[in-house]
Amino acid sequence: MIKHRYLKKVATLELNADKCIGCGVCLDVCPHEVFEINSGKTWISDRDRCMECGACAQNCPVEALTVKVGVGCAAAIIQGKLKGTAPCCGGSEGDKSSCCGG
Amino acid sequence: MEKGPVARECSCSCNGDPQNSENRCCKPMPPAHAGENRTPWVIGAIETSTGKIPQVSTEYTPRDRFGAWKARWGIGRMDYKVPPGLYGVGNPDANSLVLVSANYKMSFDRLRSELKGLDLWILVLDTRGVNVWCAAGKGTFGTEELVHRISQVRLPEIVTHRALIVPQLGAPGVSAHKVLKLSGFRVLYGPVRAADVPAFIGRGLKATAAMREVRFDMRDRLVLAPFELVSTVKPALLLLAVLFLVNLIAGKEGFALSLVSHTLADFIPYLGAVLTGTVLTPLLLPYIPGPAFAWKGWLMGLLWAGVYVWFIASQASWTHGLFYLLILPPIASYLAMNFTGCSTYTSLSGVAKEMKFAVPAQLISAVGGIILWVGGLLLGF
Ligand code: SF4
Ligand code: SF4
Repeated sequence: MIKHRYLKKVATLELNADKCIGCGVCLDVCPHEVFEINSGKTWISDRDRCMECGACAQNCPVEALTVKVGVGCAAAIIQGKLKGTAPCCGGSEGDKSSCCGG
Repeated sequence: MEKGPVARECSCSCNGDPQNSENRCCKPMPPAHAGENRTPWVIGAIETSTGKIPQVSTEYTPRDRFGAWKARWGIGRMDYKVPPGLYGVGNPDANSLVLVSANYKMSFDRLRSELKGLDLWILVLDTRGVNVWCAAGKGTFGTEELVHRISQVRLPEIVTHRALIVPQLGAPGVSAHKVLKLSGFRVLYGPVRAADVPAFIGRGLKATAAMREVRFDMRDRLVLAPFELVSTVKPALLLLAVLFLVNLIAGKEGFALSLVSHTLADFIPYLGAVLTGTVLTPLLLPYIPGPAFAWKGWLMGLLWAGVYVWFIASQASWTHGLFYLLILPPIASYLAMNFTGCSTYTSLSGVAKEMKFAVPAQLISAVGGIILWVGGLLLGF
């Protein structure tokens, strides 16, 4: 299977290795195999594949991970620029939200 | 337990095929018509200490399939929401596993149809008809709703164990350690795709690396094409109208059938550019050189413009050729760039970076083309 590759050296993911307790949750939740674990410590083995979804940071019990979470969606960024809000499409919730509605 | 890959909070073309809709974000769906049987998939009831719990079918009916097809092409309104709450599959008891799902009908259909022969509970969260991935990005599929729903359905009285299987794609919204603290339930992250749920259960609730990975295969990308295309219908009709007017004003042949055929002929290069940006580029995505989507679209658009000018418009003047080389690639590029929202691997930082360069370039090229065209009309070169 082909591994898609996106822009290099842009992802905002950071790991504070001193805090990491090696629980491995981040490996479970990451959809792109960004992490590897080695003798009880996690390390970022492939940062360029990170899509900034935030699953790892949300689930790290000791807050060892940080990432600027956002949507990798051009239409959302344009909408955000036009409306002066964070990149998302439509309202954040409720039936009026039209999430970029195609 | 969700199927397929992709963007969040708002990817652009979203809701869709039961196979692939899970992580594309979507417009929340309109509510079903009143009076209609909204839950034909409820086939019975399960007695528990807290009362009757609806039992759901594991069949994926033609009607479900038709609903999914309609949603993919953005047609009509169907029952896209499942009432939140607890449901049973088979004959679950106090020891049965609990799967968590969103109340987007297609996520739910997909999940239940993969559970043939199993006895378990499905806890449906209120994500306002949005799939797991997008709802997790918005936070509606999140710690708070999960904890609330657990107590609302009185789950601790129904099951004796304290574990929940949450789809991995819900992880951006759920904090496993916080759920444990607030509700006493341990969150286990299940596989990305619903189809892997039985295997995940069979392996003793362990996911393989393949189950954990979000993919974006050619099939996944192809399924998205209808959405992308539907979104271009309005501007395309507008353009058709403009071309018609231009042909009318240029008025070489008066109001005749040839006017229509000229308009359609003029439309072909744009149609090609739209198809290049929405179908061809996404399809060939990993094979087109360069990481940036806008760049990939530009390259393919340039290729199309070249082919068109060379073979079809070769008898036309050089300004005509140049006009197409300036105007067509940015159209394909823009549409391809919008496909970032549907992809399963682009980051906000990455998209922002490529747009910084791509958007001005698209504008300059398109405006340059229009200036050339207007100049050609006025000065006649
Ligand atoms: S933000 Fe998402 S993609 Fe990036 S490392 Fe964390 S879990 Fe993986
Ligand atoms: S979730 Fe946090 S503590 Fe656990 S392995 Fe990952 S970084 Fe380390």
